[in-house]
Amino acid sequence: MSEKPPPFTVSSFYKFVSEKKLMAAKCDKCGTILLPPKPMCTKCLSTNLEWIELEGVGKLLSYTIIYVAPVQFQSLAPYIVGIVELKSGLRLPGMIRGVEQEEIRVGMDLKIDFDTSVSSQWPAWPRYFFRPL
Amino acid sequence: MVGKPLVSIVSAGLSKFGRLDGMYCREIFAEAVKEAFEKCPNLDPVKDIEALFVGHMGEAYEHQGHTGPTLADWAGMLPKPAVRIESACASSGIALRTGILAILSGLHKIVIVGGVEKMTHRTTAEVTEFLAMASDLPFEQWHGITFPGLYALMATAHMHEYGTTEEQMAQVAVKNHHNGTLNPKAHMQKEITVEKAMASKVVAWPLKLYDCSLITDGASCLILTHPDLAKKFTDSPVHIIGSGQASDTIGLYEREKLTTLRAARLAGQEAYKMAGLEPKDLDVAEIHDCFTIAEIIAYEDLGLCSSGKGGSLVEEGTTELGGNIPINPSGGLKSKGHPVGATGTAQAYEIYLQLTEQAEERQVKGAEIGLSHNVGGSGATAGVHIYRRE
Ligand SMILES: [Zn+2]
Repeated sequence: MSEKPPPFTVSSFYKFVSEKKLMAAKCDKCGTILLPPKPMCTKCLSTNLEWIELEGVGKLLSYTIIYVAPVQFQSLAPYIVGIVELKSGLRLPGMIRGVEQEEIRVGMDLKIDFDTSVSSQWPAWPRYFFRPL
Repeated sequence: MVGKPLVSIVSAGLSKFGRLDGMYCREIFAEAVKEAFEKCPNLDPVKDIEALFVGHMGEAYEHQGHTGPTLADWAGMLPKPAVRIESACASSGIALRTGILAILSGLHKIVIVGGVEKMTHRTTAEVTEFLAMASDLPFEQWHGITFPGLYALMATAHMHEYGTTEEQMAQVAVKNHHNGTLNPKAHMQKEITVEKAMASKVVAWPLKLYDCSLITDGASCLILTHPDLAKKFTDSPVHIIGSGQASDTIGLYEREKLTTLRAARLAGQEAYKMAGLEPKDLDVAEIHDCFTIAEIIAYEDLGLCSSGKGGSLVEEGTTELGGNIPINPSGGLKSKGHPVGATGTAQAYEIYLQLTEQAEERQVKGAEIGLSHNVGGSGATAGVHIYRRE
């Protein structure tokens, strides 16, 4: 029979990001899609889950331009971050690259992209980000 | 019918809020406790106090955890049980609720609840990083989203959905700075103008420096008793008649909407119901203005106006001292300051002063019913309390 799926953890999510995939957990019982993945369906508490790949395309729901950044992001400031509503209705926050500050608009179309370089420091995850379609 | 007292506040203390060089949490907390003891001569702290519940957000600031017993020691309260409560910026609002639970359980009759934070010895970049720990690591912190950034995301959404303006947000700051000038313990003691606020340096657009609360050192505490004992210690106790608490997702992005805090709405509803009161019954409130947009959203979440009308409420002057419902007479987090772990019980301290006619120049005349609204992080925790005078 089929192999056991990777555990429904944030670390698995980022392992998929390193493979340039946007993956979520889907509840086999009630159909809820969990992004981020969680080991138990937060709607019906079922643990019968499967991984599904999401289409990384959506619209910008809200954004901000960060000027005062935490220590490890200071070299990037000012940078744009936003919350994107994917086609599936699920939402994901992230950095938005390739858009001028004057051009950023609520509702604009964005797609996910992946930066698979991994820092040596914990938690050593890669990053995804968004850019114009 | 107005709800019956859950517990009573018989005394309260607040350290000076501001930059307290050379003092750390233990000494600052002791300053707040000293005031509460001195104001309540009928209380024998060593004999009467049974336990302490103290809010403290971050061990990173001082590289010091396990703050429950440390604070109890410096307050002369050993060997009484002492627990640190961590709920980000709502730590002491939830410590207050925990104290209420302890008394209602019957296990304790007299407790200290309070909170403390020491922040100003760190750089702004360090504080930015430590505060961000109250947000979601894998999807917010990991992508460079700061704490002001989260409230900026709410502000952008509120502006887009309801037409709320940057000027309206600045008006919250102007109001709270004015109130702060009337509070000798407030961190800031200066008036600002809308123009000055609008021209201040951007922190996380659309939020500018004057939209953000202050990095402050400070401590606060209350002495809570079973309502039957209150009169033994004071002729003018303040009774807590409603308490609400709720939780939401740690990540802002998972919430049903970005323009409201569900946890705050639910906590407010629970507190109003317990108190048997409605928003129109309030005379004064201290609400969690960690950012100016947070105060506007709180007006809506607490039912002071309908969704989307928070900006107009401040514009019309309804929430000024002298307005229909004065909000944050203390100066709020914006001007009094926001030593995160101390904030919840500092709000309660102000309501205690207001309901016992001790608020001097900023007194809301004849205030009988008050409310405090304390939010943790970007809204994953909220605690709301309703108070009435004797
Ligand atoms: Zn399910």
